[in-house]
Amino acid sequence: MGKILLIDITRCNGCYSCQISCKDEHVDNEWMPYAKPQPNTGHFWYKITETVQGTVPKVRVHYMHEVCQHCDNAPCIAAAKDGAVYKRPDGIVIIDPEKAKGQKELVESCPYHAIYWNDVLDIPQKCTMCAHLLDNEGWTEPRCVQACPTDALIFGEEEELKDRLGDFEQLHPEYGTGPRVYYKGLLNRYFIAGEVYDPDADECLEGATVTLLDSTGAAVKTVKTDVFGDFWFERNEPGEYSIKIEMDGYTARAMDSIDATTKDVNVGSLELKKA
Amino acid sequence: MSEQIGIELPGVELEPGEHVFTNCAIGGAVFVHVKDGKITKVRPMVFGDDDTPAWTIEARGKKFTPPRRTSLGNYVVSMKGRIYCENRIQYPMRRVDFDPNGDRHVENRGKSGYVRITWDEAFDLLESEIKRIHATYGKASITGCTGSHADFGLLQYKMGPFGRFWNMLGYSTLSDNPDSWEGWHWGATHAWGYYWKLGISDNFDMLEEALLYTDLLLFWGVDPNTSAGGYNGQDGCRWRWWCKELGMEMVFIDPWCNYTAGVWGDKWLAPYPATDGAMAEAVAYVWITEDTYDHWFVENKCYGFEDFRAHILGEEEGGFPRTPEWAETMCGVKARDIYALAREWAQKKTMLCTASIYGVSGACRQPYATEWARLMVLLLAMRGLGADGCNTWGGASMAPPMDMSFRFFGYSDVGWDTFGIAATHQAHNSVKQKTYRILLPECVMNEKTEWIGEGFCGNSLEQQITRNVCPLPKEEGGAPIHMIYRQGGSFISTMTDTNRWTRMFHSPNLEFCVTADVHYSSETKFYDLILPICSGFEREDICELGAPGGYGANDMGANFRVIIYMQKCIEPLWESKTDYEIYCELSKRLGFYDEFTEGCTITDWIERVYNASSMPKYMTFEEFRKKGYFVVPIPKSDFKRAVSNKWYYEDRECDVPDHNNPLKGTFRAKMMGTPTGKIEFTSTFLDEHFPDDEERPVKVNYLEPWEGYHSEFSDKFPLIMETPHMRFSYHTHYDNKAPWMDDIHAHRGMKDGYSYWPIRIHPQDAAARDIKNEDIVKVYNDRGAVLCMAYVTERVKPGVVMAYQAGAKYDPLEPGKEGSIDRGGCMNLLTPSRHVSKYAPGMVSNSSNVEIEKWED
Repeated sequence: MGKILLIDITRCNGCYSCQISCKDEHVDNEWMPYAKPQPNTGHFWYKITETVQGTVPKVRVHYMHEVCQHCDNAPCIAAAKDGAVYKRPDGIVIIDPEKAKGQKELVESCPYHAIYWNDVLDIPQKCTMCAHLLDNEGWTEPRCVQACPTDALIFGEEEELKDRLGDFEQLHPEYGTGPRVYYKGLLNRYFIAGEVYDPDADECLEGATVTLLDSTGAAVKTVKTDVFGDFWFERNEPGEYSIKIEMDGYTARAMDSIDATTKDVNVGSLELKKA
Repeated sequence: MSEQIGIELPGVELEPGEHVFTNCAIGGAVFVHVKDGKITKVRPMVFGDDDTPAWTIEARGKKFTPPRRTSLGNYVVSMKGRIYCENRIQYPMRRVDFDPNGDRHVENRGKSGYVRITWDEAFDLLESEIKRIHATYGKASITGCTGSHADFGLLQYKMGPFGRFWNMLGYSTLSDNPDSWEGWHWGATHAWGYYWKLGISDNFDMLEEALLYTDLLLFWGVDPNTSAGGYNGQDGCRWRWWCKELGMEMVFIDPWCNYTAGVWGDKWLAPYPATDGAMAEAVAYVWITEDTYDHWFVENKCYGFEDFRAHILGEEEGGFPRTPEWAETMCGVKARDIYALAREWAQKKTMLCTASIYGVSGACRQPYATEWARLMVLLLAMRGLGADGCNTWGGASMAPPMDMSFRFFGYSDVGWDTFGIAATHQAHNSVKQKTYRILLPECVMNEKTEWIGEGFCGNSLEQQITRNVCPLPKEEGGAPIHMIYRQGGSFISTMTDTNRWTRMFHSPNLEFCVTADVHYSSETKFYDLILPICSGFEREDICELGAPGGYGANDMGANFRVIIYMQKCIEPLWESKTDYEIYCELSKRLGFYDEFTEGCTITDWIERVYNASSMPKYMTFEEFRKKGYFVVPIPKSDFKRAVSNKWYYEDRECDVPDHNNPLKGTFRAKMMGTPTGKIEFTSTFLDEHFPDDEERPVKVNYLEPWEGYHSEFSDKFPLIMETPHMRFSYHTHYDNKAPWMDDIHAHRGMKDGYSYWPIRIHPQDAAARDIKNEDIVKVYNDRGAVLCMAYVTERVKPGVVMAYQAGAKYDPLEPGKEGSIDRGGCMNLLTPSRHVSKYAPGMVSNSSNVEIEKWED
């Protein structure tokens, strides 16, 4: 039961409207008892970070969305004195701006780094899911969700959204905090891409069979190259891989030691010679 | 500030003291929340139960329906921060050492400080200077212009009172170069006409056409996730996502992996800047040699294909075949990739997502860009322009189902004077003399400046061959330029080789210069008099969401047509005024107030525009004023689609609802706007007027760029810099304003408390220069130098660097000194002033030779 937020990074075009609209809602505006004003700069209650994946010309841009996870076992609630952080019946976690005054340790309590310190007001602050709008003004979604032009953000009742959670996962479930934010497309799996061509004809080879093998030598996936001779293995578990390339009339070849443990890999242009 | 909320103001009261108003910015229609006279939030407009339902497109077994609300360009979301930011011009200011009756100290422009004056003093100075210059030199001695796209609206925006006032008074019109269209305007017009759209195609019913039929979207130098945030907001982003859901392939051709390619692209091909034409010729080579082009179309609907065929195959005298192998040596894209691209394009129903607005492409602002733009049209022709799913679709950002019979207006519908929509007395300029924007410094500094063409040549091809001179002879009413009145915006940073403007400001010829603007921008502190203007949320106006009118009439890129009564949300801040108020006072002092105003307040003018539109059929003026917006009903179920260019393919009369197409309803209604009425591979117009021009030849021909890759400057300045439109601002109007934009790392990078402009450089090029990520670097060539923060990234190909144009901060290390190193981010200090080609006077901003070195302060 309660509210959850779904973030589909594959639909995100990186416009930052979520990050900016959070500032529009909270900078210079006091929404007590939910939140005091956010400082003009320095706080990112909704934060986008751009990461470039791969190398020329197999390049993609990824946008990480960081926001309070409104955890069901929230470490900030445990760390707070005087009940300064509390969970509402709808799952939203709120820092009480009055009670939390001076409790700087709450910033460190959050493993997701979603709590910011306001020096001027002497309080910790974070995302409220715009609870002041949900409670009082008939809103059904927070500002960041309304601002999204591609529906990459979905907000609603857990009961109503549970059927859509299949492709989504939690961020760092190993923390054991029970996040209420779910992601699709986290940068925790990596692509392996490349291009296959015939060096004698100097032609892209379309239709070559490329097989991805894991470190034990077991085949994981198979794809055919496209008209540009390109192959993309999407979202592979971190690890070391090898590939095998086969095509009728050509000498098959392999490539070992593809290190996709921490990042995406463009293996480059691979020759396939006529048999 | 006075009391802002009174019972007379329109708007919805949420609770005592809190109102919601409507307004429209350059990138979207908004609801504005105001409490106790202060804006508290700016958010997308959400339609109510009584507004039109949304349309639905059914295609390939799926239904597509947009949400019933607007979306916003990302910078529009920062509007509150922009309005209240510390860079607002608060009071009238006079340069401290400017003495109109003594020494004017023009040499100190850009260096001197300012003193606050009253509005009366400002008006006295303006009045006396205008009268003095008129008496001494004549009316032609004053020129002026507005800036592009700061705020929005029909009557109070760039083409509102400025044109009416100055045309009535008489002044030297400052003609704009067609900055968004250059290659299309000076080139593609000679391939397919469309001069009434400055060389690009109209776009009607293209979204449904694409969803029904298209397999491949080809974005050539186009980044719609960035550029289409303007005007319509981001509705097009959703349509591109729909295309992905249908499995359409997206291929991007761009030297840098842009913001659309990076998230949704299937293939990124990266030519060097200004070499796209070679790649295009090689695509034609593949189609011709493999015989995969539309024979019927080029034989029946085109002129001169055989000559083109001979050129591509190298059969003309002195020619050589334009093979992909040759193209690879020009553009750096592998020959095999060009073969693959050509074959894929030939095999799939393809929308070329350039050649119409919101897809005009950075490649149209390059040396000899006329040839690339012509080639785009010719490649479209070889595929059968207008066949099902094969067309031009600007940025995949245009033309959802819309009722275009509902009459409303765009800001450029009456040239420079939108009051003309509703005025009894039309304003006519009595002065014939003109200046030209990209030659303004020369017009001021030199004895004589000549150029060709009318700037925006939207009435005929012949406008491209007029010869202009400034000053005109005295007997024709000419006079040297001695005064500039600038209504907003900035030349420095937006125009090419902008150190030329520093020199202009220091010229004794320029006796008086005035700027009236909302914010301090790159060049504000060069002017003798600075006037504070209120933002678009501090005054009333009327507009249609995203509607440019004129050459962009009907170019619609939002889900719905929304007519907005732009309500005054707050009182003008500090001592700012509207431009209309300023011109009212000036016209009073100069003796034509009654003619200028026709006795109307701005609200009266808004009502006149309302009465001239289709609005009265749907709601009364008072209802409209109170509600603040109207969503035009979606097309009825019996609505018949009229897809751009399909009429031409099907040999029918043009049936798209473009009321500006001068051929409609004439005997040429089945024709293109060229002299032959066909798509011209060989230009009959150029043959008649410029038969010997080798830079824009009669028969299209790729030429190596005069600046850029492999050019004469490459030894000294080996990196090629492109400066496209910005992801996080609209020209200079959102940079350096709300800190919420500046603290986006992709927009500006902070180091030691200073906010630098980023330049993207490939790791190889960075390593060769011992440059690390986020180092401060000097980017320079013979024209100037700018300090930037280096972003070392795989998003640019080796040899190419990318920095956005139009940073709004000019911060020279030596203020007022010509050629000083800038650290604000004015990349146009480095772009060339040379024009596209000899007879194509367009600006070139995407192929500059530069060198970069680490900056050790």
